[in-house]
Amino acid sequence: MKTFLVSLRILALLTFVTGIAYPLVITAIGRAAFPHASMGSLIKQDGQIIGSELLAQKTEDPLYFRPRPSAADYSTVPSGASNLGPASNTLKKAIEERRTVPEVPSDLLTTSGSGLDPHITPEAARYEAARVAAARHLPVEPLIALVDQFVEGPQFGLFGEARVNVLKLNLALSHGASAGH
Amino acid sequence: MKPHDWVQIFLYLGILLAITPLLGMFMHRVFSGRRNILSAVIGPLERLIYKMAGVAPEREMRWTEYAGALFAFNILGIAVLLALQLTQQWLPLNPQNFPNVPFALALNTAVSFVTNTNWQAYSGESTLGYLVQMAGLTVQNFVSAATGIAVLIALARGLTRKSAETIGNFWADLVRATLYLLAPLSMVMAIVLIWQGVPQTFSAYVAAKPPDGIEQLIPLGPVASQIAIKQLGTNGGGYFGQNSAHPFENPTPFSNFIEMLAIFAIPAGLTYTYGLMTKDRRQGWTIFGAMLALFLAGFAISWWAELQPNAVTGLASNMEGKEVRFGVMNSVLFSTITTDASCGAVNAMHDSLTPLAGGVALLNLLLGEVIFGGVGAGMYGMLVFVVLTVFLAGLMVGRSPEYLGKKIEAHEVRWSVVAALAPCVCILIGLAVACSIPAGSATLGNQGPHGFSEMFYAFASAAANNGSALAGVGVNNNFYNYTLAICMFLGRFAIIGPVLAIAGSMAGKKVAPPSPGTFPTTGFTFAGLLVAVILIVGALTFFPALTLGPIVEHLVMGAGRSF
Repeated sequence: MKTFLVSLRILALLTFVTGIAYPLVITAIGRAAFPHASMGSLIKQDGQIIGSELLAQKTEDPLYFRPRPSAADYSTVPSGASNLGPASNTLKKAIEERRTVPEVPSDLLTTSGSGLDPHITPEAARYEAARVAAARHLPVEPLIALVDQFVEGPQFGLFGEARVNVLKLNLALSHGASAGH
Repeated sequence: MKPHDWVQIFLYLGILLAITPLLGMFMHRVFSGRRNILSAVIGPLERLIYKMAGVAPEREMRWTEYAGALFAFNILGIAVLLALQLTQQWLPLNPQNFPNVPFALALNTAVSFVTNTNWQAYSGESTLGYLVQMAGLTVQNFVSAATGIAVLIALARGLTRKSAETIGNFWADLVRATLYLLAPLSMVMAIVLIWQGVPQTFSAYVAAKPPDGIEQLIPLGPVASQIAIKQLGTNGGGYFGQNSAHPFENPTPFSNFIEMLAIFAIPAGLTYTYGLMTKDRRQGWTIFGAMLALFLAGFAISWWAELQPNAVTGLASNMEGKEVRFGVMNSVLFSTITTDASCGAVNAMHDSLTPLAGGVALLNLLLGEVIFGGVGAGMYGMLVFVVLTVFLAGLMVGRSPEYLGKKIEAHEVRWSVVAALAPCVCILIGLAVACSIPAGSATLGNQGPHGFSEMFYAFASAAANNGSALAGVGVNNNFYNYTLAICMFLGRFAIIGPVLAIAGSMAGKKVAPPSPGTFPTTGFTFAGLLVAVILIVGALTFFPALTLGPIVEHLVMGAGRSF
């Protein structure tokens, strides 16, 4: 009985320290030091929240770049992946449908782990640039140049892969387009 | 294999090697109750907790009392976490108004987080309110990790004390691990994660309206505070369903690097702490070396397998289930680390790994999570194998086995075998049942050998307290929720019990000075023997089952067959 009471007290006290005080302190520090990031890296346009830098959005408009395919159709609540094995018939068929021409880059043939991958590879972005240019009746060169501006190299020159954030690229594209009109 | 990949790998290993002695020394000071650099700040809080709880930290416990306190605390933890989930809709801080969690899922989740497994049959962002996430799950992330460390420290005391009756005070070990080690490291890491883009807020989810797109509901919450301890405590339970693949849990390659480092940091440091406790640092480094060798071998096989072109889909690069910012190398490095340590966080979907890379992940679970392993749990699991190795080596050379100058006798060997075999029994029986009844295979996400692997992995993950999954199989049903809860419980406590029993009996033994005939438990020979024992026990137990899953899948996939 004594052991049980001590357990109860220790659990209550540690719940207060790690389950209440700790998240509150981190929230306060986060809000003060990184207000944008701690709120989900939201992007606003004319006072309206239009998305998060970190989450892909479903984009069907041919005038814009598209993120990688999403097994959960870009659902955020909940997020999801295909969880298909590498020798799965279903995966094989899905990839064949996405491979409209032989040179589609492999990140555009496959779904991501989060279903919300905000990035595509620079190769994929340049590949998509041709489609976007055709839809916009523009030459492809300025679009390739825009893509190259948005290529992020490995972080700090060291970590991870080169990539292009699709939402940021599309925002630049829509600003450029409206400025052009 | 770009040069850039190698730079990241060597940087990872270099930093891991550098922090091992630093953390190891710090933990040694903390658990021996000596002053350390945080004493001035945390000491008063520690003493306040002892005072309010009515604990005398210097009062030592016999192993039975230590185990009793540990079990009481953990059972209570399950009950409280269960209650929080069953009543969340009436509790505050649930801005999305999620309903109460159904019983089977709530029980599974409660056992899962208390046993440091963090198997998740739910998606956090659509199931749990902020209060359950922080005051329920985050708390168990801390205290389950602290429990594992406490057991290791108790075992190390038992092995190194001379003719002693006690192995420490559970409450003191638990509180010290939480306050001095896990909480400060988590605070630093959480802030780094926020800097990289992990949200940390109590605001409700935000509806984003793109000018000409579809409305998107952006999930938020106190994420960073939970992700930090999820990695450091080798818990692995994601705030979101997609875990560290989700951009809000792991937004950048740098956050990914930190998350990988956090998984191995404490388990690696504990090998050094152990060396200091035995007053022979080579004891720690030998075990570190054995762990490192197994880790590197597993990673090499996984990486190689992931770079092979796929004969079925024609893909040159296996990006299914992976994120562009991590690419292939950082995904398989993560998958190897997270399954070596019983973390279970994932930054890529293990279900979509190639059969050999997924097979290595599965084998890591089957070997008992001793390749660095869970915080504390990996090292005490490894010491069980050390006892077995010493015993086998003793049989081979025909001498009575000794470890650290103490005789290993039938009592210890018996308990070691129980601890080594308990998870194996859970896995094989669970898998056999799942294969035999419709409920086991009704929800598989893949066909053929891969479907078998999904069931196999589920029981292995539960019994090894890992928590990662081949997540194509639907596990939020009565069959999996209850059977896996049993496996998680036994996989944890059917090892902790025997380990504490060994600690108790070893503590009471006399120490004989080493003689020329003493078999040394340091150096390459012993590390090699240790690795061999681990692989032989694992292979003998599971080779037939592995053949039916990843091995046959690898062979037929190479021939272009699909399922």
